[in-house]
Amino acid sequence: MDLLSNPLGIHERALQARAQRMELIAQNIANADTPQYKARDLDFKQVMNQELGQPIRATNAKHYAIAETTDSNAVKFRVPFNTSFDANTVEMSIEQGNYGKAAANYQATLSFLESRVSGIRKALKGE
Amino acid sequence: MSIGNIFGIAGTALNAQLVRMNATASNLANAGTAAGTEAEAFKAKRTVFKALVDDNLTNAGAPYVGGVKIDRMQDDASPIKPIFDPSHPLANAEGYIFPSNVNEVTEMVEMMASSRSYQNNVEVVNTAKQLMMRTLELTRS
Repeated sequence: MDLLSNPLGIHERALQARAQRMELIAQNIANADTPQYKARDLDFKQVMNQELGQPIRATNAKHYAIAETTDSNAVKFRVPFNTSFDANTVEMSIEQGNYGKAAANYQATLSFLESRVSGIRKALKGE
Repeated sequence: MSIGNIFGIAGTALNAQLVRMNATASNLANAGTAAGTEAEAFKAKRTVFKALVDDNLTNAGAPYVGGVKIDRMQDDASPIKPIFDPSHPLANAEGYIFPSNVNEVTEMVEMMASSRSYQNNVEVVNTAKQLMMRTLELTRS
C-alpha cells in the first residue's frame, strides 16, 4: 500500500496530461481563423507510456486494442479531413467535439482523484 | 498550470475576434462614402491573424503562448468601380466619383463568422472555469 509515498497514484500525472490536452485544443480553437495554422493534439497513450515506463498493452482478448505509436514526441499535428483555402487545418466541429471529450475525460480523472482523497481521509480518521 | 493557460489563450482569441468585428463595423459604416480619386476611396479593411506559437513572438512561458494576435490590417483587393455622377460635389473633371469597395454581404458574413468564433472561445473559457472550480474543490467534503 503506497498510501503515504504515492497517495494519488497515476491520476496526478494523468490530470496534468488531460489539462495539457485541453490547452492544446483551446489553442486550436483560438487559431481557427489563422492562415497557415496547423492544429495539434496530444497523444495521451504516449504520455502514459512514458509515465509508466512500460507500454500499455492489451493483455487479454477482451481488452480494447490501442493504436500503436512509435515516435517520442507526444504532441502531434492533426490530419485534417478537408483542406481549406488558407492552409489552416483547424476543423471547428472536430475541435469542439474533442474539447468536450477532453473536458469529460478531465472530470473522469477528477472523480478518481476525489475517491482517492476521500479514501485517504477515511483511512487517516480510522472510520 | 495548464488549465489556467486556457484563459490566456482564449483571451487572445476573444481580443483578436473583437478587433475583426470592429473592422467589420468600420467597413459597414464607411460603405456609403465616396471620394474624388481612386487612391482616396475607402477600401474595406481585413484583419490577418497570426498564431503566437513561436516564443519569439511572445515571452516564453507567458500564459498565452499558443494564442492568436492580429498580424496586420490589410486593404481588401477588390476593385473600385467608378460611378458617373457629374452633379456630385466630389466628382472629378470627367464627372466620376469613386465609391468604397465595401461589399455589405461579405461584411455580414465576416461579422457572423467572427461572432461565432467569439462564442466558441467564450464556451472554452466557461468549460475551463467549471473544471478549475471542481479541481479546487477536490479536497473538500
